[in-house]
Parts: sequence; structure tokens; C-alpha cells
Amino acid sequence: MKQIIVSGFGGQGVISLGLMISYAAMKEDRNTSFLPSYGPEMRGGTANCSVVVSEKEVASPVISRPDLLVALNVPSVAKFLPNLAEGGRAFIDADMPVDAGKGRSDVIAVPLKQLAQANLKGQNIAMLGAILSFTELQAASAEAAIRDVFKHKPQFIDSNLACLHAGMEWAEKNVR
Amino acid sequence: MDQVVFRKPKLLNDTPMHYCPGCTHGIVHRLIAEALEELGEYDNVIGIAPVGCAVFAYNYFRCDMYEAAHGRAPSVATGVKRACEDSTVFVYQGDGDLASIGMAEIVHAATRGENFTVIFINNGIYGMTGGQMAPTTLPGQKTTTSQQGRDPKEHGNPIKVCELLSTLTGPAYIARTTVTDVKSVRATREAIKRGFTMQKQKRGFSLIEILSTCPTNFHLSPLDSMKYIDEVAVKAYPLGVYKDIGLIGEEKKQ
Amino acid sequence: MKKLWKGNEAVAEAAVAAGCRCFFGYPITPQNEIPEYMSWRLKEVGGHFVQAESEVSAINMVYGAGGAGVRAMTSSSGPGISLKQEGISYIAGAEIPCVIADMMRAGPGLGGIQPSQSDYLQAVKGGGHGDYKVFVYAPASVQEAADLTFKAFDIADKYRNPVMVLGDGMLGQMMEPAEIPAAIDPATLPVKKWAACGHNGGKQRVLSSILMNPDDLEEHNRKLTRKYEQMAKEETAYEHYRTEDADIVLVAYGIVARICKAAVDMLRQAGIKAGLFRPITLFPFPYGQLVKLADGGVNKFISVELSCGQLIEDVKLGLYDSKNRPEVGIYARVGGNVMKPEDVADYVRKGKVSSSWIK
Repeated sequence: MKQIIVSGFGGQGVISLGLMISYAAMKEDRNTSFLPSYGPEMRGGTANCSVVVSEKEVASPVISRPDLLVALNVPSVAKFLPNLAEGGRAFIDADMPVDAGKGRSDVIAVPLKQLAQANLKGQNIAMLGAILSFTELQAASAEAAIRDVFKHKPQFIDSNLACLHAGMEWAEKNVR
Repeated sequence: MDQVVFRKPKLLNDTPMHYCPGCTHGIVHRLIAEALEELGEYDNVIGIAPVGCAVFAYNYFRCDMYEAAHGRAPSVATGVKRACEDSTVFVYQGDGDLASIGMAEIVHAATRGENFTVIFINNGIYGMTGGQMAPTTLPGQKTTTSQQGRDPKEHGNPIKVCELLSTLTGPAYIARTTVTDVKSVRATREAIKRGFTMQKQKRGFSLIEILSTCPTNFHLSPLDSMKYIDEVAVKAYPLGVYKDIGLIGEEKKQ
Repeated sequence: MKKLWKGNEAVAEAAVAAGCRCFFGYPITPQNEIPEYMSWRLKEVGGHFVQAESEVSAINMVYGAGGAGVRAMTSSSGPGISLKQEGISYIAGAEIPCVIADMMRAGPGLGGIQPSQSDYLQAVKGGGHGDYKVFVYAPASVQEAADLTFKAFDIADKYRNPVMVLGDGMLGQMMEPAEIPAAIDPATLPVKKWAACGHNGGKQRVLSSILMNPDDLEEHNRKLTRKYEQMAKEETAYEHYRTEDADIVLVAYGIVARICKAAVDMLRQAGIKAGLFRPITLFPFPYGQLVKLADGGVNKFISVELSCGQLIEDVKLGLYDSKNRPEVGIYARVGGNVMKPEDVADYVRKGKVSSSWIK
């Protein structure tokens, strides 16, 4: 079972990143739950979602100690990093203007802007690529999830797949 | 050869009405039934009764009937009309029901242009509960909750429903009438018929306000009650057609 | 086929699948996806959606459409459900079937919009004025939300009674893979002879809740009560989880029950014989099952809820009939806060039983 929290500013694509993890899990016939924060905080403040991927029926969609944390802004690091499960990993945006989690071997800073290149809005997808091996989900499932999520905006599929692959390659080289 | 020239309309049951002597509910019930019958509508009619003296209207009408919560008849009718688009639906409401507790419901049914016909009994008083002040009670009028007479400074001013609703785009036909003499009874029947015809032609919302009596709570005789309508009430609530978008096949009216 | 469904949308699509053709709603968080979905979806199947001017109006539209025999629905959350209570009472009195979804948020008053179970007593004890009961389903997953919404329409028709699907903001907003039950054609449903829909062939049908004669009204109340007793006999639903050998049983419904499931697993790993009892119908409440558990040796029950001691009332009521006198305590988070599995496990581990959620 993987318990994943994705958190960041509204507009950074944290909700769709979480959703794609759930989509990919469903493609593999795993049990999954996706629980977004909702309400006014979605409009500009910090948004987050909890995603559970499990072989068994998902017991609680509420996560107390994530195995995997994706934090795309400073408040998210402050809020969720202290609860990271033992042996868990936190992925943060390398461009974050703080030294959050620096020096910790379980905190991985991903150069999202660099990976996404021209496709600035694809930074969340680059992050999906970077964390993919830790979710234990297959690349094909993530690709299928992207195709699903963007089925009404097909012009964005290729550029997002490129971001996914950039993230995966970066992780392969830089994360042990 | 003998000929039947007057009989009970098909839509009315053969049940003695419980209304007080001189009350105009009975006249209006009959006019609704007559108008529908003249239009050939009696098999597929659905009525919505209010809370108030007409709460038992289903005992008198023969059609399918709903008893709505106080003020909510236009909402019930909205649901009924969605479910039974081909039925002729009428809503029967008093002034407390329609213009006080049910003001939101009637305004929004009107502005949606709901395709049903509202019969609005305005007698300026709560009859069933015992003569309390209504939203349409006239200034100076004594009621059990305005015992010195309605003082606009203390109790606010009466609401003019036809005037208010006719500012909306949704309604197709809005008129105010009385039933105090033969002539006005006939005019009311025509107005009700026109409302139902609007509905049959799917023209939208229609409302006929009938200035009515409540001799019991007016503390007037039936005759004096009628006189009160003709001499006092009509001054505050002028009779006439407030809105008419015209029927299909008719010269366009303004 | 399984799809990733948002709870609210699964409820809406399941209603359409069940043959719901009239929906009347009003915006309120966290249930907005239901009316939003219905606004376009019902058009596709020849149904009707009206955004009413208020919840008061919406429930009365349901009264009209449901009374005319169409499967009709409305949805809301706490403050809006309060406004609907007048209409629900009339609907129950006039014996009109309908389905109401309540995606609970925290209160009282305007409260907040985060998940809660603060409408429990309002939902299960009647809610409005007069003597009546609403049948209440409490789904714990998106799949169950779809399944129970679908079933709700059958129950509503069978008993001519309002049925509530009682979820919370979390269930409404979360997404899970789910399969919507196969759609039925409403034209194939049995004809409702009582429905007031015109074309009555001269036989008038009246839908009303007014009965001025005390004897008539008493008889009507008797009839309604018989109906509620029949529901209890035939429709009560629940789930046991690891209760067979349990010493301590958590009682929880909806999403909270899933949180408790995780807590039970944690406690079992720590060697504590914990179990979970989950009512699926909140009215009728499965009191008899609690008695069986208590008589079978469970000596501690903990009501785990997102309300300030509402569910615990029914837990205690059920246990009154037990031969034993088990301890009954409560663990609650409210205001829109949601407990985590560890929180529940920690509470149980401490071994202390509180009678009040603030102790």
C-alpha cells in the first residue's frame, strides 16, 4: 500500500497530479482513493490531495503518515514533512525559495522547471515522472492516465508525455 | 322540449362546501370548473390546493389534487408540470399563502415562466386562522393582529401582486378581477379561461387575482362585503389586465 | 466498467441509472457536483432539472414530481437540508417516494464546509415536525454511494417514503474507481396507481397530509409506524469487521467506518481484540446486532463519529436490550476535522472510555 500526499499552491496542478496517480492505479486494477481538499482554499491558497494505492480494499482515504509526499510550496513542506512515514520519501520543487528539508536523504529536490522546459504547466507531470518508480506504478499506466485526463485537449498530450519521460529519466539518474 | 340550462360543472363534486356564507371561494371554484369544462379540460386536470380556507379544495374538485405546504403550491406545481407536461395544472392560493410565506415561490415560478395557471384569492386577511393581518391588508383595516387598523409605519404597506409580477418577463397573462356581480363573475370566468388557454398553448405563466370577500373576518354582512370590494378594495387594487402576451392566432396585444 | 468517479457524480449517475428523471436543487458546498451533473445529464435521458430559488422550493418540486409518479430527487448539505425539513415532513405524510442526498458539513448554523456527520439525529429521527421517519442509507465508499443511491429509489417506491443518502463532504468530493449499476428504463417500472398525474378516468387521487379528525390521523400514524417497523424487519443493513472474537467494538458509519477499519487492523497488530460494527442503514438502525455483540461478550463499545455525541445515542439505545452492561464511550472529531486511523487506535489503546467527546 502507498499513501501519497500531493500539496502545493492552487494552480500548480497538485490536484491533477494526484488524480493521475489514481487513474494510473485504476488502469492496473489496483484499489485507489483520491481525496482532494476543497472549498475556498482551492482558490489561490494551498491545495492538497491524498491518494491511496493499495492491493487490498482501501481502508482509510485519510492519510496521517504519507509514504510519499509531493510538496510544491513552502507551506506544504512545513505542514506535511514532519509526518512523513519512516522510510518514506518527500519530493519537493528544487526551485523553492527555502532550504526546506536540505541535508535530509529522504527529501529529494526535483528541478521541475528545467525538466518541463517550455511546457511550464507540465511541471506537475514532470513530478509524476520523478515519483513514478516510488508509486510502484508502470510507465504505461501513467501514460494512459495522461491520455485519459487530456482526452478533451489532445494537443497537450505529447508535450505532457515528454514531461513525464523527462521526470522518469531524471529520477533514474539522480534518485537512488 | 325541456332543456338543461344550468347544472353542476363536471369538475365539481356533489359535496356541500364548508365555506362561510358570502365567501367567494365557492364562486371561484365553480368558475374554474366551468372554464376548464368549456375548454374541454376535465379528464387531465391537476390542482394544487394551498394552506388556508381552500385547504380542502380537493373535496370539491373532481380532478387529481395535491395539498401543498403553506406558500409552496407554485413549487409543487413546477414539479407536477415537469412530470405531467400534458396535464392542465392550476394552483389555488390565498394572499397569505401567495404574497407572504410563498412570495419567493410565486415570483420564481412566474419568472421561470412556468406553464401553469394560478388563481389568487385576495381578500386582504387570513381567513382560516381567524382574521390576522395579511400582506394585502389595507391601511386602516382592522385585523386581530392590527387591532387599531393597519398602520403602514408600524406594519408596513400592502403588496400589489399583479403590479409586481407584471414587471417580470416570464408571465404570459396577469389580470385582476372581482366576483361581486353577474358582470364581474362573467369577466372572471373569461379571465380564468384565458389563463388556461395560455397554458394549453404553452405560452407560460398565468395568474388571475380575484378580489374576494371574507364576511366573517371583515365583520360585514355578505352584501356589505361585496360592497366593500367594489367601493374600497378596487381603489387599492385596480382591476384590469396587467400583462397579456396574446394567444396564438390572435392579433398581437400590447 | 469501472471508472474513476467523484462521490457526488457517482450519486447523480446512479440516480439516473435508477430511473430518476426529475431533479430539483440549489447550490451549497460540498454537494454542488450533484446538481451540476444533473443539469446536463437529465436532458440526455429526457428528464428535467430545475435550479430552484431555494431548498424550500426544491423539496416541494420533488413533492410534485414524486407525487406524479416520476422518480424524483434533490440534494443538499446541512443548512439546506434544514430548509427542506418542512417539505420532507409533508412528503412523508402524503407518502410520496423520493430520494434526498445530504452531503454533510459541519455546523451548527452556517458552520463550515468540511466533512462532518452533524446531521445524524436530524436524519434518523425524522428531522421535521410531526411523527415520521426517513429511511437513511450511509454509504462508506464511492461504489457504495452509487449502489445505495440506486437502491434508494426502489426502497422509496416500495414504502412510498422519502429515502436519504447520508454522505459527507469527503465522500462527495473524493474519487474512487466505481461501477454504476446498470441503467433501467423508467417506463418498465410498475405503474403507481396512487400517483396524481391526471388522466385519472374519473377516479380522483389526492396527495395530502391533512387529517383533521384525530381518529383518522391516529390511524394514519399507525399505518406509518407499521411501515417503519416493516423497514426495520426487511431492510436493515450493516457490516461486521473482525467482530467475531472482539472484546472491544468500534461503531461507526460512512467514511469514518473506513478510518476505523484501518484502526482495527492497527489494534489487532498490537494484540488488541478490536472490531468494527458499521450500520449501513441508519434508520432503521441495526440495534439487534449490537445486542448480539454485547450478549456475545463484547464489553466495550466506542462510538466513533464526526459529531458531538449523536451516533452514541443510538448505540446506547440498542445496548439497552442487552443482558450485559458493556461500557459505551465516544471518540469524536468535529468542526470539519477528521480523525486519522492512529488517533482512533491511540484512543482505544489508552483504555479509558469517555462519556463525552470533550473529555
